[in-house]
Amino acid sequence: MFSDLGKYLSDAGTRADIGTDLVDHIYLSLLPLVFGVVVAVPLGWVAHRFGRARGALLGVMNIVYTVPSIALFVIIPVLIGSQILSPVNVIVALTIYTTALLVRPITDALDAVPAHVIAAATAMGFRQWRRFLAVELPLSIPVLAAGMRVGSVSNISLVSVGALIGTGGLGGLFTDGFSRRYLPPIIVGITLTLVLALVVDLLLVALRRALTPWTRVQGVAVQ
Amino acid sequence: MIEFRAVTKRFDDGTVAVNHLDLTVDAGTITVFVGPSGCGKTTSLRMVNRMIDATSGTILVDGKDVRSADPPTLRRGIGYVIQQAGLFPHRTVLDNVATVPLLFGWTRRKARSRAAELLELVGLPASLGKRYPVQLSGGQQQRVGVARALAADPPVLLMDEPFSAVDPVVREGLQDELLRLQAELDKTIVFVTHDIDEAVRIGEKVAVFRQGGVLAQYAPPAELLARPADDFVAHFVGKDRGYRALSFVDASGVEIREVATASIGDAVSQASDWRLVLDDGRQPRGWLPAGSTVDGQVTEDGLEPGGSLYTLGTPVRGALDAALSSPSGLGVVVDEEGRYAGVLTARQVLDLIEAQRGSRR
Repeated sequence: MFSDLGKYLSDAGTRADIGTDLVDHIYLSLLPLVFGVVVAVPLGWVAHRFGRARGALLGVMNIVYTVPSIALFVIIPVLIGSQILSPVNVIVALTIYTTALLVRPITDALDAVPAHVIAAATAMGFRQWRRFLAVELPLSIPVLAAGMRVGSVSNISLVSVGALIGTGGLGGLFTDGFSRRYLPPIIVGITLTLVLALVVDLLLVALRRALTPWTRVQGVAVQ
Repeated sequence: MIEFRAVTKRFDDGTVAVNHLDLTVDAGTITVFVGPSGCGKTTSLRMVNRMIDATSGTILVDGKDVRSADPPTLRRGIGYVIQQAGLFPHRTVLDNVATVPLLFGWTRRKARSRAAELLELVGLPASLGKRYPVQLSGGQQQRVGVARALAADPPVLLMDEPFSAVDPVVREGLQDELLRLQAELDKTIVFVTHDIDEAVRIGEKVAVFRQGGVLAQYAPPAELLARPADDFVAHFVGKDRGYRALSFVDASGVEIREVATASIGDAVSQASDWRLVLDDGRQPRGWLPAGSTVDGQVTEDGLEPGGSLYTLGTPVRGALDAALSSPSGLGVVVDEEGRYAGVLTARQVLDLIEAQRGSRR
């Protein structure tokens, strides 16, 4: 088996193709993560701020998240008029999933900002939008980062599904391996997917740590 | 100066939080709003910086209607200290204090240097500036809250039950600190509390509110204790208001006398009277009971703990308490440095109070 793998990887063209698949996989999974945050934060704010919108919004998000990914990949070209094989379909679909995943935790995180902190910020003279950016959003970062970690793993695995409709990424290695009944591309695909998920997760943890120094200090009162 | 003119606040559900309030807070004074919960004291405070808008009536700050100002701009010019401090958990102490200067558009460097000055002003070491609020004790957090409110040097300071979440000993320290700061800064301060002791301790004038947002009495604390306007105020001020009123009676006429003393380490013989034991710095350590014997030297362990100490020049309440709490019945008087000055009895203090009452008539 290892000799098969060695032989498979010895070809420079194959290695270049795998590299392209990996890069495709990275942007197909991470762009939706970024877009998802950008969409979910305002939606979370709306759900937090307006009690009436909350139930409907969170309900819709739950339903959206239950739509199978393959169905979404096929429906989206119909909805937005893109080519059936366009990577845009995957990006839009995964943005929708990420958004659906993140709205609830963001809403909960905003709810959890202590009332006295908000009141103090208002009394200091923050305008509402600036208060949101300077106080409420930073305090929501730990929860947001936890949601993004789940979202990144979910996206990285879902991009592979896109290979079934031929949209690129490491999933192509699986379809290739299955159709030829040939193991090496499948092993390479699984390994790279796992390594990618792990690396992105570590980066997100590092990012969260860098952005939230206050969560790591000892809560001891020293005179 | 802050003026409430016929101010009423009716909430959407119909409850009247503040009912036709007419009241003037003099510039450069501490005015305390006190009353039971639901009396409208916090609502009244929050209408000054428009955290809540009045339903009718006018509020003037230094002659200007607060309604004419844009709320965030108005608030930047009014210091605000909230219960539990309300510090931003994600910002360092220094950046918390620098909040309002930064909102005013100061450079970060200038705002931080101003913040450092304020930490010093409220008695916190500069080293705390780099910490996060969670690393501070409750009392330190409240000091930071006060520093933050003062950062842009606003003429008016609103304090909404700022010390209610800390323990009594720390609270008393914070109250003293506020009075010291006020002597230095001369702000117009409105202070909300539900604690009448706190109100009479720090207020130059006290506004007592009753349920339904009605002002029951507005008077200096001594007058409030001596002549409550009605049963509600008398009841709210409490059963021991006669005793608390002694905080406002001058004790300068009281005569102190000497008592037998001993020092730690002395060899003493049996004596028929109580003896006060002093340390090397002449500070009282405790009492040797009458008739007690000491083998060899006097040690701290063998002493009866003393009562409260009365410092010369302070109100008569402390003198009476010193006498009442002393195991010997003799209240220990100390000078400003805490050194033994003499003793007095409860009888002497009561005679002084009687004499003063007579002279007032």
